[in-house]
Amino acid sequence: MTRSALPGLAIAFAVLIAGLLLAFTVGRYPVSLADLLSVLLAKITGHRADVAPAVESVILQVRGPRIMAAALVGAALAVAGTAFQGLFRNPLVSPDILGASSGAALGAVIGIFFSLGIVAIQAFAFVGGLLAVAAVYVIGSAVRARDPILVLVLTGVVVGALLGAGVGLVKYLADPYNQLPAMTFWLLGSLAAANVSDLLPLFGPVAIGAAVLIALRWRMNVMSLPEEEARSLGVATGPLRVAIVAAATLTTSASVATAGIIGWVGLVVPHLARSLVGPDFARLLPTAAILGGGYLLVIDTLARTVAEVEIPLGILTAVVGTPFFIWLLASMQRTWS
Amino acid sequence: MNIEGHDLSIGYPDRMVGRGLNVALSTGEVLALLGPNGGGKTTLLKTLLGLLKPKAGEVRLGDKPLDSYSIRERARVIAYVPQVHISTFAFTVETVVLMGRTAHGNLFSRPSAQDRAVAQAVLERFGIAALANRPYTMISGGERQLVLLARALAQEPQFIVLDEPTASLDFGNQGKVMNEIRALAKSGHGVLFTTHDPNHALRAADRAYLLRDGARIADGPVATVLNQEQLEALYHATVERLTDSDSGAVAFLPG
Repeated sequence: MTRSALPGLAIAFAVLIAGLLLAFTVGRYPVSLADLLSVLLAKITGHRADVAPAVESVILQVRGPRIMAAALVGAALAVAGTAFQGLFRNPLVSPDILGASSGAALGAVIGIFFSLGIVAIQAFAFVGGLLAVAAVYVIGSAVRARDPILVLVLTGVVVGALLGAGVGLVKYLADPYNQLPAMTFWLLGSLAAANVSDLLPLFGPVAIGAAVLIALRWRMNVMSLPEEEARSLGVATGPLRVAIVAAATLTTSASVATAGIIGWVGLVVPHLARSLVGPDFARLLPTAAILGGGYLLVIDTLARTVAEVEIPLGILTAVVGTPFFIWLLASMQRTWS
Repeated sequence: MNIEGHDLSIGYPDRMVGRGLNVALSTGEVLALLGPNGGGKTTLLKTLLGLLKPKAGEVRLGDKPLDSYSIRERARVIAYVPQVHISTFAFTVETVVLMGRTAHGNLFSRPSAQDRAVAQAVLERFGIAALANRPYTMISGGERQLVLLARALAQEPQFIVLDEPTASLDFGNQGKVMNEIRALAKSGHGVLFTTHDPNHALRAADRAYLLRDGARIADGPVATVLNQEQLEALYHATVERLTDSDSGAVAFLPG
């Protein structure tokens, strides 16, 4: 271990805590810090808080679930992005590189098209994401090539484009007054509808995926070397790649199913985390998770407060992400050539 | 212990590169692999490392076939030093060297205190302990080559296989790496390296194996195999032989 990971980790925690406080207190119904503390304290100790019932309900019923969902989705996308960037040895990769988002999108718009309930739509999105990545993996592995990584990425791009065409077709066929707005809203990403019943189906897959990735943290360092080098160091790259892709896809699909398509988080946050604690996955994965949670909390708070109507998350993350990406390209030329 | 290739046909799924190759390497000796570009040096190297399956014939390691070893068992016997490259992520030199300890841990383990001690020892052996905390992306090409050598040694292997270890190095660092290769043989390792410079083979190797168009031209002790005639046959080019009048040392010039 070189420099300590503590300062970087502390900054990530500070962002998360700032995000939590901001998200709980700011909004159409402002909540004071004192009220927030007494309600949370009362919840922990089991006593009744001496605040207005409306305040308690805003904190626990309205904002609480949404805040938990935002933190989980942000953490999930950041962890998946970190894993994929390492696996594909490319810092410009995001979690939807293998078609998880496109698959989830097609699943969701089909669910909306057939006027299914929200639970069914989420299940369709989740399964769609998993199926898309599985298809990409099977097709990519069937093509025998010297560079399996490159083939996988190209297959992901191609399959993603096909799924995108499918989404376009369903939107074209959809009822323009009832279904199309719902589809558009879902495709742009939002946590406005997040409630308590969403938390378990979100938390389960995210926790499993993240646990697998964190358990494999040292091997993931080695996996970021060229294929033959990793194998000569004693790593069975084939099975390990399946495990990493499966774990990262599980977290991505679960978050897309809950929140719709939210781009950029999985691309931007791993870089911020890497600049805080360096590239070693043992410290990078937890830092990215904490930072990703805080980042999406801030974005989601902006989404529901800056304008009269809610701004879709996908639009805000793009507004923040695009300048960041350009800065990244410019600074990469400085350090990586 | 020996690595032996018996009657190997080598190549890729879609392409045959060479046939009828017999190679052997023992611990404590250095074998240099020479030949023109596209002649099959790297393919043979990867086949002996177990990274490519032979299309015919068999590679044996000790008294067992190489493919009866697991990837992890293999990495504890044979280490590979690839050509120097720039990695995507700015791992520290120490982390890069610690990656050499991967095969000594299990699927979920992180480097132990003992792994760190081994990494520290190999860094000191190559005189680069001061670089331990520097990012691998921010050191010179010569330093990177030494870091990759240190990583290979951290595997505690019996054999070390190097792909053109001098290709991207300046004159001084080329000499340094040649010396380190000699030192590795002295400490009981079997070393196999490819090179474009017969003089490097003369300096560092005990035996040379000459490969052209996937076929063996000659192999044997460097002093007998590396002569003007063989080199001209190997490269299809004229070669000039120089002899130092005092020491009798020999060197070759192309053209």
